[in-house]
Amino acid sequence: MKMSEKGTCCCAGCCEEVLVTPYDEKDMWIAGKIRTQAGIVPVVSTEICFKDRLGAWKVRWGIGRMNYRVSPGLYAVGTPDESSPVLVSANYKLTFDLLRKELTGLDCWILILDTKGVNVWCAAGKGTFGTAELINRIAKTGLSQIVSHRRLILPQLGAVGVSAHEVTRQTGFSVLYGPVRAKDIKTYVASGYVATEEMRTVKFTVRDRLVLTPVEMVQAIKISLSVFGVMYLINLFAARPFGLKDFIAYIGAVITGTVLTPLLLPLIPGRAFAFKGALTGLIWTAAYVFHNNWLAPESLLLGIGYLLALPSISAYLAMNFTGSSTYTSFSGVTKEMKIALPIIISSLLIGVVLLLIYRLA
Amino acid sequence: MKHKYLRNVATLCLTAEKCIGCGRCAEVCPHSVFVISGEKAVIKDINSCMECGACAMNCPVKAISVNASVGCVAAIIKGWFTGSEPSCDCSGDGECC
Ligand code: SF4
Ligand code: SF4
Repeated sequence: MKMSEKGTCCCAGCCEEVLVTPYDEKDMWIAGKIRTQAGIVPVVSTEICFKDRLGAWKVRWGIGRMNYRVSPGLYAVGTPDESSPVLVSANYKLTFDLLRKELTGLDCWILILDTKGVNVWCAAGKGTFGTAELINRIAKTGLSQIVSHRRLILPQLGAVGVSAHEVTRQTGFSVLYGPVRAKDIKTYVASGYVATEEMRTVKFTVRDRLVLTPVEMVQAIKISLSVFGVMYLINLFAARPFGLKDFIAYIGAVITGTVLTPLLLPLIPGRAFAFKGALTGLIWTAAYVFHNNWLAPESLLLGIGYLLALPSISAYLAMNFTGSSTYTSFSGVTKEMKIALPIIISSLLIGVVLLLIYRLA
Repeated sequence: MKHKYLRNVATLCLTAEKCIGCGRCAEVCPHSVFVISGEKAVIKDINSCMECGACAMNCPVKAISVNASVGCVAAIIKGWFTGSEPSCDCSGDGECC
């Protein structure tokens, strides 16, 4: 257990142990506690254990991801003292884990804001990672008694919600915007708080995109269940019922829109996501229709129906991915939707009608 | 590989007369839209702007305006139907929303 004698209460009798941050000693990631002028601060471990990994995995697949959080407040890493840096972050457990695992060997404080279990960027966009919460959390934790300097390090993406000059005006703390990625924090601190252009730039790498795809796919498949239900009902009356091939064609379009397009994003021509999705969707559908020889006269309706319907599905799903991307603007997405949605909807409708005629007639 | 999105749509606007050249906007922008050139901020690459609003939020003299909102289909559709500000209820991970 790591303990610091710094800031221990002065006299006997006045030492009622005040907790700066409520915590559960049984949590694997709590490594001890530290006494400060303002009370007891939990020390967190920089190790990620199996339970943390399992939690992260579940979140990525969309299982219970709304409720993965840590208590807001102040935490310690290593054996910080009153001159140690203060990092500010969100109370989403995954964000917290990503941060602490990069802090091995560093002595610092972590101030966790109450962002309702949402990551920094989203929370900053909503304003929960914001000026008011930061000012409030500084006061609640008694941070100004714990550290003697007046400097906070915020993740750069938090700037969307925090007005640095306002925080300084109201609390005396100055705000430094640190690197975008947690892995650069040690270098940043060691270099005397200089963030390079590289550290500041938001990237959207294949890996970043890959971890986002499971949630997209799970959501799309949930909606698809009702599509399968309708297919089943139609089969009760159909002259030529839906079969395995239809299932494959459809799932292919979903995967193209939710996984393939996001992964290959910068490689696919065009700028609009819907266009990219439509293009990959069309390639998939054309290949599969051709493979099954659905453009032969007797199944022409089926072939054309799919060529219209499936790329629209891929296009819509791909467009949905703008929500996960790190570079699309509101004006851009609005413009894209105004153009793409009418095309997607009409193409889908015509396609579905053709399919129904083929199946039922 | 740098991602490119639609051109000429961003609502970002800089009032150069007000700017005191503090450099905050260049510091907070996640897509390096600003450069500081001769004591003043200059918009260098407006097409990379994602309208996050960080620059406007942190400009001490309010020299920047941008119609900040989320660029997310589900949120925008919801906004259209409810007539409210788009907001995302996702809690995706990493840097997303
Ligand atoms: S709104 Fe965001 S992306 Fe656009 S210039 Fe400002 S900080 Fe950069
Ligand atoms: S933050 Fe405002 S005042 Fe500072 S450089 Fe940018 S535009 Fe100028």
